[in-house]
Amino acid sequence: MLEIRWYSRAGQGAVTGAKGLADVVSTTGKHVQAFAFYGSAKRGAAMSAFNRVSDEEILTHEKYMEPNYVLVIDPALTYSTDITENCNEDTVYIITSHLSKEELIKSQPTLEGKKVFVLDCMTIARETIGRAIPNTPMLGALMKVSEMYEMDFFLENMKRVLKKLPQKIIDGNMLAIQRAYDEVN
Amino acid sequence: MADKIDLLDIEVWDGNMAASQAMRQAQIDVVAAYPITPSTPVVQNYSTFLANNQIDGEFVMVESEHAAMSGCVGASAAGGRVATATSSQGFALMCEVLYQASGMRLPIVMHVVNRALAAPLNVNGDHSDMYLGRDSGWIQADAFNAQEAYDLGLMAFKISEDHKVRLPMMIHQDGFMTSHTAQGVKTLSDDVAYNFIGEFKPMNAMLDLDRPATHGVQTEEDYHYEFKARQHHDLMTFAKAKTQEVFDEFETLTGRKYSMIQEYDMEGADIAIVCMGTSVETARLVATDMRTKGIKAGVIGIRIIRPWPFEEIKEALKDVKAVAALDRSSPNGALGMLYNELAGCLLQNAKPSILSNYVYGLGGRDLTKDNIKQVFTELKANADTGKLTTPTQQWISLNGEALNFF
Repeated sequence: MLEIRWYSRAGQGAVTGAKGLADVVSTTGKHVQAFAFYGSAKRGAAMSAFNRVSDEEILTHEKYMEPNYVLVIDPALTYSTDITENCNEDTVYIITSHLSKEELIKSQPTLEGKKVFVLDCMTIARETIGRAIPNTPMLGALMKVSEMYEMDFFLENMKRVLKKLPQKIIDGNMLAIQRAYDEVN
Repeated sequence: MADKIDLLDIEVWDGNMAASQAMRQAQIDVVAAYPITPSTPVVQNYSTFLANNQIDGEFVMVESEHAAMSGCVGASAAGGRVATATSSQGFALMCEVLYQASGMRLPIVMHVVNRALAAPLNVNGDHSDMYLGRDSGWIQADAFNAQEAYDLGLMAFKISEDHKVRLPMMIHQDGFMTSHTAQGVKTLSDDVAYNFIGEFKPMNAMLDLDRPATHGVQTEEDYHYEFKARQHHDLMTFAKAKTQEVFDEFETLTGRKYSMIQEYDMEGADIAIVCMGTSVETARLVATDMRTKGIKAGVIGIRIIRPWPFEEIKEALKDVKAVAALDRSSPNGALGMLYNELAGCLLQNAKPSILSNYVYGLGGRDLTKDNIKQVFTELKANADTGKLTTPTQQWISLNGEALNFF
């Protein structure tokens, strides 16, 4: 079972991101789960979202997770939340930040020796979608790092997931996913 | 005429969307609802369908849940197919009218997305509201995941609206753990789903002016007792039989099997956990794991809470040495509801299982596989020694000092 934990602020689209990912993965015949915890928190409050992917039916409903991937889409949460909770040495971190990887690890020493990838989802989202909604860029970065799917397949399916949005926003999201795929390192 | 929606064979839906889609496919005449977390999206999705011309019926916006259920009672008595959804405080506010609905024999379908009851205020999932409804005369079914919320959401109309039954029905699902968890849901097309449910056939409709009927009568000691006895009789006989009949028809249609209680790994089981909601699925995983280690562990999920499946549970537990009742609500001042109900069943078995009670998950506290493993380990000790080795009631994963009063 593949497990992913997202760190976000309410309103940044982690739930939509997690559900969008589940939607795409489901079309390949795998079993999926996407959920979030935000209580009665309002926009801007720290929250987490979760994905599970498996070849078997997913029966667990526990919140406890030892994730394979940790996705951080709000830069400040790397510092204010313990993003390494219940992680193991193989856990891969993809973190949005304007810092370089070296600068980021220096500023948050708990990431020392971990598998860390960095990109600036905020800037990408602002420049492509026009708003600081960092969820779809993070999915582009995840595709690159995890090699989960070919980019063409993923983009086609994300168009379907986003189909209710105005064309301009869909186009912006496609650019954002591609740019994140190219820029994550 | 409402537009249809072409659904994928497997849609990635959360429990709320599964419930709203089942409501849409049933072609309901009137939905009167007042949104409340975590069931808000049921109502929100439904009104989106309405705005998109995917629903022909009426959607009545009301000022409270008391009014929502009152609107449902009025519309149902008038002769329409009626449904709604609620949670927690909203459910509590409906309580008075819940008894009107069942006593007036009105086949209203309601999705209850289970959530804790205040105070303190908490929006997360537990079974406090479900327990609050257990004496209300409604049929209560419990979904353990989004698929089941959809399936039971379709079947509920067929059970509730049967002319012998005519009792309202709740479909429960766990707040957030089901309602906000997206999973693959196998769908029926709009036509297949509607044909399965069938057209609504009113009985004693107030709007049938050729055959006037009175609703909401008063009875005193001359007749109230007999009325309630008959209502109970119909719930225990007609509702139960119809539920099984609809479960069987649904299995023929979809291959998905439902029964009054759902048994997992119960063949030759020495120890068993009995629980409800998403915990059933997590417990199944642990039981299967226990089996690989040679421990004969099983799980029983209560699918139909009312009418209580007394005989089915008795039979399922007759050879089980130790049983744990897991209650996701604490009826204060007493043991858990499941403990007490199970004790009644076990008492009639030749060798009653050793029974213990665990309260867990109040206000959304996580129930982990490790927690469940611990319960099975304690059950095994009970089974091996032939006596209760723990306090009768324990609280799982409670911070601070352990609580046990029984």
